[in-house]
Amino acid sequence: MPTHTFKLNGKQISVEAEDNVRLLWVLRDLLGVTGPKYGCALEVCKSCTSHINGKAFNPCSVQVKDIEPADEVTTIEGLPATVGKDLHPMQEAWLKYDVAQCGYCQPGQIMAAVAKVRQAQAEGRDITDADLDELRNICRCGTYSRIREAVKAGAEDMGA
Amino acid sequence: MAEHRRSLDRPSDRPADRRGLLGRRKVLGYLIAAPTLAVGVSWMTNESDPRAADAAVPSVPQPVDIFDLGDLQNLAAAPTSGLITVQLKSDGTAYFAVPRAEVGQGITTAFAMMVAEELDLPMDKVEIALADARPELLMNQLTGGSNSMRSMYLPVRTAAAIARQRLVETAATHWGVEAGKVTTRKGVLSGPSGRTATYGSLAKLAATAKTITVSAELKSPSEFSVLGKPRNRVDAHDIVTGRKQFAMDLDVPGAKPTMVARPPTINGTLRSINNLAALRALPGITDVVGITHGVAIRGETFGQCIDAIQKVDATWGPGTVDDESDTTVLAKLRAAQLPMAAPALPLLTKTIDAEFVFAFTSNSPLEPDCAIADVGPDSAEIWSCLKVPIVAQEDIAKQLGLPIDAVKVHVVQGGGSFGRHLFHDVAAEAAEISQKMGKPVKLSWSRTDNFRQGRTHPMCTSRVRVNYLAGNVLTYEQRHTSVETDFGHGLGEMITAFAADLPVGGNLSFAETIFALTQSSPYNFGVTTQLLNEIPLKFNTGSMRNIYSPNVVCAEELVVDQLAAKMGQDPVRFRRNFLKDQRLLAVLNKAAEVGNWGKAMPKGTAQGVGVHSEYRAAVATLVEIDCRPETVNRPVEGEGVTGPRVTKAVIVVDPGFCINPRGLEAQMFGGLQDAIALALTSSLHIKNGIPLEGSWDNYFYTREWNSPLDVQVVIMPNTSDSPSGAGELSVAPAFAAVACAYARATGTMPTYFPINHGKLSFEPLPLQPSTPQSPTDGLDHTF
Ligand code: FES
Ligand code: FES
Repeated sequence: MPTHTFKLNGKQISVEAEDNVRLLWVLRDLLGVTGPKYGCALEVCKSCTSHINGKAFNPCSVQVKDIEPADEVTTIEGLPATVGKDLHPMQEAWLKYDVAQCGYCQPGQIMAAVAKVRQAQAEGRDITDADLDELRNICRCGTYSRIREAVKAGAEDMGA
Repeated sequence: MAEHRRSLDRPSDRPADRRGLLGRRKVLGYLIAAPTLAVGVSWMTNESDPRAADAAVPSVPQPVDIFDLGDLQNLAAAPTSGLITVQLKSDGTAYFAVPRAEVGQGITTAFAMMVAEELDLPMDKVEIALADARPELLMNQLTGGSNSMRSMYLPVRTAAAIARQRLVETAATHWGVEAGKVTTRKGVLSGPSGRTATYGSLAKLAATAKTITVSAELKSPSEFSVLGKPRNRVDAHDIVTGRKQFAMDLDVPGAKPTMVARPPTINGTLRSINNLAALRALPGITDVVGITHGVAIRGETFGQCIDAIQKVDATWGPGTVDDESDTTVLAKLRAAQLPMAAPALPLLTKTIDAEFVFAFTSNSPLEPDCAIADVGPDSAEIWSCLKVPIVAQEDIAKQLGLPIDAVKVHVVQGGGSFGRHLFHDVAAEAAEISQKMGKPVKLSWSRTDNFRQGRTHPMCTSRVRVNYLAGNVLTYEQRHTSVETDFGHGLGEMITAFAADLPVGGNLSFAETIFALTQSSPYNFGVTTQLLNEIPLKFNTGSMRNIYSPNVVCAEELVVDQLAAKMGQDPVRFRRNFLKDQRLLAVLNKAAEVGNWGKAMPKGTAQGVGVHSEYRAAVATLVEIDCRPETVNRPVEGEGVTGPRVTKAVIVVDPGFCINPRGLEAQMFGGLQDAIALALTSSLHIKNGIPLEGSWDNYFYTREWNSPLDVQVVIMPNTSDSPSGAGELSVAPAFAAVACAYARATGTMPTYFPINHGKLSFEPLPLQPSTPQSPTDGLDHTF
């Protein structure tokens, strides 16, 4: 079986898996990293959202062979370390606004929100409701209003 | 017109002077023999005796006015051998295993608050777990009907109050002082001359060697410092760090990923697998077996199970509804509608007749159905999110040919439920697979399975006829006709067991009984009848964030708006005139005030209002909708629908006694998003025996781009000292408000829901393979 190596949450790791296995299952079933959730494996629900080299992506729709050794994959578990704190400002905002209900979508929501805010900040502007309208993450518990509030608050604390 | 004003308050719900807001109330329980302090309380501590609740209703009541579904559940929660227990551990934490399921509705937080309040313990010292199946609790282990708070508010507080009192007495004896001199605060006991002891240090000393009956006093609401104050969820930190574990996250040794290739119609069966050897030889696959409804595949990763599903060559037998499509089902419903039966009416009486159709909808949560099963020759162990674990245990034991006590059922937190987890379909299937493979399995349904083979809220029609004359409504008749709703999860058993005690006579079916116990018109509309008829089509059905109310209330409120228009009255003023219920009137008035009812709105936009009382609570929702073409046709990237946008919502709720404002607000938000989906975008299209929807880009649950930017929840001051149900409460009035706003904005009353059902807005995924292959282009869509 081929061996794949890449950086996961700050550590270089190696894992044996068939080339075509989607990264979500490599993370969850082989590496025991269960923060990214399975909601569809169709690149639709966005509950698996994680980061690759700082950008949001859906590991359910990427074959492990397409991940390069130098790629940095960050799941919700590794998000705080990207800012060198116990919690990322977006996670703090999520707590402050008590966003979660069942919580199943929330790791993906947070990862998507962080990327969305970084995107706006890279363009030198604040996050807008129009940006938030572009988030496709399903929350079947319907926490959308609090997500909006939390993303805006988290964005302020993320700085530029 | 407003002849009667009724009150939803029952005698037992009133802030009664008997014990009053100031008086403390005495309650009974047991100290249980255990190594550390343990207290048990019988469910009867909930003194609510529904049969005695009547005298406060002045007008001719519909059954639900005197006895609702929650009362049925409370009645069923009458004494059994099972107690609910709170234990104090030596580390000073209180442990309470809830005989309920947490699926996002926030009950674990609410129970932690109850324990913290009566035990004078910090919240982080309260540990709440979900109890395994406890058959001795009989029907007391059903999470549904928004009943958890109502049935457990008193027993849980009682157990905590007794534990606190026992600690006080233990410290007093230990220190040789009077109990009256010992106080408690934040998990610490204090006595005269500065003596202190932590709860943990006395946990063993406070234990009893034999079980004895004791009494204690509950705090009065005026003394509360935790209950009624906003609290964040107890599991919030675990959630935002990705640590909260759902069934698929559990690491049960040997329980490898398992999925099922399924037939192309609902409940189709497997005739044969034509390439078994080839499937077993696929990379990463460990086992393949045929089961009743498919081909089960176990492998190293779920991804490889999905790969194998693509390769399955099987012969399928028919399902249970192969010849049915939306149109055939609707024709059958129409043929089954019960006749109207208005009495002879005066000359010049005018009539409004309306019929509303509600499409099939999916109650699937975001977390696909998942269960772990480890079935051996003499025993079995199951892990899954189950709202009625004892029925699951009973059924699975029977299915496996094992005695009930050989099947251990663990309840796992769920990623949503909305009715889905009242049933144990996935757990039963996991057990079947594990038994056939002789190995532990972690079974997940695929997203597509969840939509196509999972439970649905059935299609239904609601016909309404009102007769009115000169400013009075003489009759209101509603005939609700639905594809059969499955109540095989225990509510049925409850009804059988307690049929004689229910205020609905005759030989009503389960469904008719539940309909009668949940539906009631809030208006003084003269002779009022609301009846249900069902057609016995074998779809996989169940409730979805309530059973009938969203549809029944939406239909009624749309007709109310029509009536108001015919009588030349403003919709809010009309409702004020005809509402029977003081609490509903109060929430309506508040919503109209906060939402600035009647303000000038641009053409193509409008306000709408809906009111609803259920679970001993009252809600009014006011929304604003934008139906202008530039909004309706706004683009969205990729697959998805836009359509009219609800731009603003005000939800005013009178919950009786509000345990946790923040949690209640969250439930109101969630119900609103469900309502928007039901009214505007989300449904299943049935074609030749199966839904066409297979992903969240086909089943259009509300997305961020369809959610309102401005949502306000107003919680009314407590009107009672008992909490009401909240989990399902806000869907119906919001559904009605959105529908009414749409009718006012467009000038056309919608009669088929959701309003976009008539147009298929997506390309259906193929029916075979039953689970599509995952994309590989994820790196092309980063942001
Ligand atoms: S699981 Fe990856 S997008 Fe749904
Ligand atoms: S919190 Fe349950 S799906 Fe979002």
